[in-house]
Amino acid sequence: MVERQSPLEPAPLEPELRTGSHGDFEHGVDVILSETRPRSILQLAAWPGQEKELISGIRTVTGLALPDGAGAGSTDGVKSVFGFAPGKFTVVDEAEGLGSAFANVVTPAIGTVTDLSHGRTAIRIAGPKAEWVLAKFFAIDFALPAFPVGAGRSTMHHDVFAQIQRTGADQFDIYVFRSFARSFWKALCHASEEVGYEVQ
Amino acid sequence: MLITCPYCGPRDVIEFTYQGDGNRERPQPASQDLDAWNAYVYNRLNPAGDHNEIWQHSGGCRAHLRVVRNTLTHEISSVAFARGDHKSVARHKTEGKS
Ligand SMILES: [Zn+2]
Repeated sequence: MVERQSPLEPAPLEPELRTGSHGDFEHGVDVILSETRPRSILQLAAWPGQEKELISGIRTVTGLALPDGAGAGSTDGVKSVFGFAPGKFTVVDEAEGLGSAFANVVTPAIGTVTDLSHGRTAIRIAGPKAEWVLAKFFAIDFALPAFPVGAGRSTMHHDVFAQIQRTGADQFDIYVFRSFARSFWKALCHASEEVGYEVQ
Repeated sequence: MLITCPYCGPRDVIEFTYQGDGNRERPQPASQDLDAWNAYVYNRLNPAGDHNEIWQHSGGCRAHLRVVRNTLTHEISSVAFARGDHKSVARHKTEGKS
């Protein structure tokens, strides 16, 4: 496997990208930003009528059961899955090789497997103000009853397409195109300044 | 203006791309019926009221949607996936279509 390089390495004039506390953190750090660097990021799509087969294939490979409903998902902290469009799912694993694990399960009759591991960057925002910071970016409802743990949302910020999965009561994983990751990360840092943030 | 995507729920119009008049009927690719092609390319109902439209949720689930939007009030009275039998949904709502 090709050794992957993060698009978020700080340049000399970008101290806010370095690990540590930034912004207005004297009164506490209310948001923690990190790059989770999962080794596998896949997009699975079912042909019309094959959705149930695909969902059962996801369960076979990951052990994760997908709840019913649009945008539903689940995570066990290592593997994650969520629906982002009708019959389409993002599946993530900390380990590499998830694509080949699906090769014999999602047959051409069921649907397609697209490996996006090198094409997406996963950014985690956690902490008591995570919801509040994200609400400045995206015009969707981040309240827990409307956006339960495990669920995913497809949306965008200034034409930067983003898939967001809630992986904890106050934790969200955001998948953006790798080429936009650096700019998106910096915007996230700026939006987090006023609540105090830590880069991990 | 909000469009309630059947998959994603209510979203701002900025997430959507207009894909044109939903009343158009594309002739078969091999058709040499020039009147039919002319109607497909140029003729629009331009109603002052409910209008059948195709939108794509390009900044979300990327599904193509069949939307009925009131051109006077921007009120959206129905949204459905365009996939499948696209002619059956809400077509009757636009007056003057034969
Ligand atoms: Zn949608």
